[in-house]
Amino acid sequence: MPELMYREALNQALAEEMERDANVYLIGEEVGRYNGAFKVSQGLLDKFGSARIIDAPIAELGFTGLSVGAAMVGLRPVVEMMTWNFAILAMDQIVNNAAKLRHMSGGQLRCPIVFRGPGGAGGRLSSQHSQALEANYAHFPGLKVIAPATPADAKGMLKAAIRDENPVIMFEGERLYAIKGEVPEGEHVVPLGKADVKREGSDVTIITWSRMYYFCMQAAEELAKEGISAEVLDLRTLRPLDEEAILASVRKTNRAVIVEEGWALAGVGASVVDIIQSKAFDDLDAPVERVTGLDVNMSYAANLENATQPDAPKIIAAVKKVLYREGA
Amino acid sequence: MASPYSKELLLDMYRKMYLIRRFEERAGQQYTLGKIAGFCHLYIGQEAVAVGPVEALRPDDYMLSAYRDHGQPLARGSDAGMVMAELMGRDTGYSKGKGGSMHIFDIEHHFYGGYGIVGGQIPLAAGMAFASRYRNEDRVTVCYFGDAAASQGALHETFNMASKWKLPVIYICENNRYGMGTAISRVAAVPEIYKRASAYDMRGEPVDGMDVLAMYEAVKDAAEYCRAGKGPVLLEANTYRFRGHSMADPATYRTKQEVEDERKGDPIPKLRAYIQKQGLAQDDVFETIEEEVNAQVDQAVKFADESPEPSLDELWRDTIVEEGEEDVRPRERVLGQKVNWPTYPSGKELKVTWDLEPREQAEAADKKAGLVR
Repeated sequence: MPELMYREALNQALAEEMERDANVYLIGEEVGRYNGAFKVSQGLLDKFGSARIIDAPIAELGFTGLSVGAAMVGLRPVVEMMTWNFAILAMDQIVNNAAKLRHMSGGQLRCPIVFRGPGGAGGRLSSQHSQALEANYAHFPGLKVIAPATPADAKGMLKAAIRDENPVIMFEGERLYAIKGEVPEGEHVVPLGKADVKREGSDVTIITWSRMYYFCMQAAEELAKEGISAEVLDLRTLRPLDEEAILASVRKTNRAVIVEEGWALAGVGASVVDIIQSKAFDDLDAPVERVTGLDVNMSYAANLENATQPDAPKIIAAVKKVLYREGA
Repeated sequence: MASPYSKELLLDMYRKMYLIRRFEERAGQQYTLGKIAGFCHLYIGQEAVAVGPVEALRPDDYMLSAYRDHGQPLARGSDAGMVMAELMGRDTGYSKGKGGSMHIFDIEHHFYGGYGIVGGQIPLAAGMAFASRYRNEDRVTVCYFGDAAASQGALHETFNMASKWKLPVIYICENNRYGMGTAISRVAAVPEIYKRASAYDMRGEPVDGMDVLAMYEAVKDAAEYCRAGKGPVLLEANTYRFRGHSMADPATYRTKQEVEDERKGDPIPKLRAYIQKQGLAQDDVFETIEEEVNAQVDQAVKFADESPEPSLDELWRDTIVEEGEEDVRPRERVLGQKVNWPTYPSGKELKVTWDLEPREQAEAADKKAGLVR
C-alpha cells in the first residue's frame, strides 16, 4: 500500500471524486493558482479548470453561502476554509442555512456540501489562529462532523463526505497535513458515524479524535512498557457519535479517558462522558477522566503554548488516575 | 394609445395582486384570532413588487425571499390553502408546519424559500445562479431582500462575487423605508440602495415598486440582460407596507398621515384604473375576479383550519437525509396531485464548459497589476 501524507490523501480523494462526479467543485481562498494554502489542492486547477477549482475572494460568509445555494439546486460543493478560525465568519450560512434547509422546507430540499479545513493549533500562532472548534458544530442538528486522524481515514472520509446527502463539517489539522501513513488506492470509502479501535487493549479505553490521536498512541506505547494495556478508540465522527463503539470498548476495559484538544466546558468529551455514565455506569471501575486544552486562550510563547495543550505525559497521568496507580 | 399589454396579462396581474391582498388580510385576521402565531409579516402594499417580476420571468427561474414571503409563492401559483396551513402550523402546509410564516418553500414552483436571518438569502441566490452558469442553463435567479438587509456584509460579499463572475441573478431590494421600526435614512450613509451596485461595477436601478407594470418592465429587461451573460442586476423597488413590520408591530414610528398618503399610491386600484382607462375591462370583470378570489381564500382558510397538526413522528424527520431517502413533494403528499420536480444532470452526464477565470484573462490581469513582465 502506498504511503502518503495526509494532504496527499485529501488531494487524491478530491481528484477522484471530481473525476467521478462533475457536480463536485472546490472553492476557497488560494485553492487554485496558489495550489492551496496547505497544498491540499495541488495540481487540481490544471486538471479541472477554473469553474471547478475556484479562487474565492476573502469573504468566508459570501462564498460559503454561495455554495450552500449551489448545493440547494443539485451541485456538490466542497468549501475549503483556510482554517476553521476564519469560518466563524461563515457560521451563519452553515448553521442557519445549510443545517436547516431540509427542516425549514419540510423535506423538499437537501444540501449536500462539505466544509473542510484545518482546526486546532497550528503552532506558534497565538489565540485567533489556534482553536479546536469542533464542539461548536457538533452541537447542531442537521450537520455531520468528522475529524479523521490518519491519512487513510482522511481520504476515505472525505470521499464519503462528498457523497453524503447532508452538510458535512470536516476538521483537518495544520499539524496533520505532513503526517504520513498507508492509504488504500482508488475506491476507499470510510463510512461516516463509525469509530475505529486503532489499538486494542484491556485495561483502559482512551477515546480521542484528530491530532490528539497521535499523543494517545504515544501514551499507550509508554504505558505498555509499564504493563498497562490501553485501547485507543478513534471516534473519527463527532456527529453522530458512535455510541455503540464507545460503550463496547468501555464495557470491555471498565475505564475511560477522553482526550480532546479543545476546551473542557461543553466539549465533545463531555457528551461522551454523558453517554458512558448514563448507559455504562455499572461497568465503570473508576470515574471517567478528561484531558483537554486548558481553559485559557492560546499563547504565542513556546512554553505557554505547549503547556496549554494535551500531550502524552498528561494522558499517561490520567490513565494512571483511572487505574488508581497515581504516583506509581 | 393602445396598451402594449394584453388584457389577459393585465387581468392576471390584477388577480394575483388581489389574491395576495385578500390572503394577507385574512392571515392578519387569523393571527388576531390566535390561529397563526409567532412572527407574521404581511405583504399588504407591496403586491406589485412580487407580481410584476413573476409575470416577467419564466416559471423555471429560481426565486427566493426574506421572511416577508407569502406574496411571491402565491404569485407563482402555490396552493393558497397549503400556504395558509403552513402559517397555522398544520401538517398540510408546504413544510408540514415546521417552517411557519417566515419559511415558505415551494420547490415545485421554484420558490426556494423565505429566510429569517436578515440578508442570509443573498449569497444563496448567487450560488443558485452560479449553478445555472456551471450547468450552462439560461435560467435566472431572483432574490428579494429588504432595505435593512442592504447594510449586511452578506450583500457586499455577494455582490462582489456575483459581478466578478457575471452570475445571472437579479436582486430586488424591497425598499419599504423601514427596517422594522428604523427608517433606512437613519442608518444608511447612502439610503438609495441601488447606488450600492456601482461599487461592484454592477447594474443598479430604482423602480417604482407601487407600479406593477414598472416592475414587470424592469425585471423583463434585467432577465434578458442576465440571460445574455452580462452579469447581475440590482433593482431597488421603492414601495411601502401599509401594515406594521409584523403583526406584533403597531407601527408607532410613522405618522397616520404618512400611511394615508402612501395608501393613495395603492398598486391594486392603480392597475385597475389603468385597465379601465384602456377600455380592456369594466367593473363587472373586476367584481367577478374579486368574488372568485374571495371564495378561493375562504376555502384556503377553511382547508387550513380543518387540517390536523403534524404528527409527533415528524419531529424526527427532515433533519438529516437518510440514505436513499426521497425529497418530499408537498402537493403530491397533501393533495395527491402528480407534480413536476426539478431534475439535474448526473455527475456523469454533466459537462462543465464554463471557464470562470480563463488563464489568458488571469495572466492579463497579472500583467496589468505589474506581477508579470
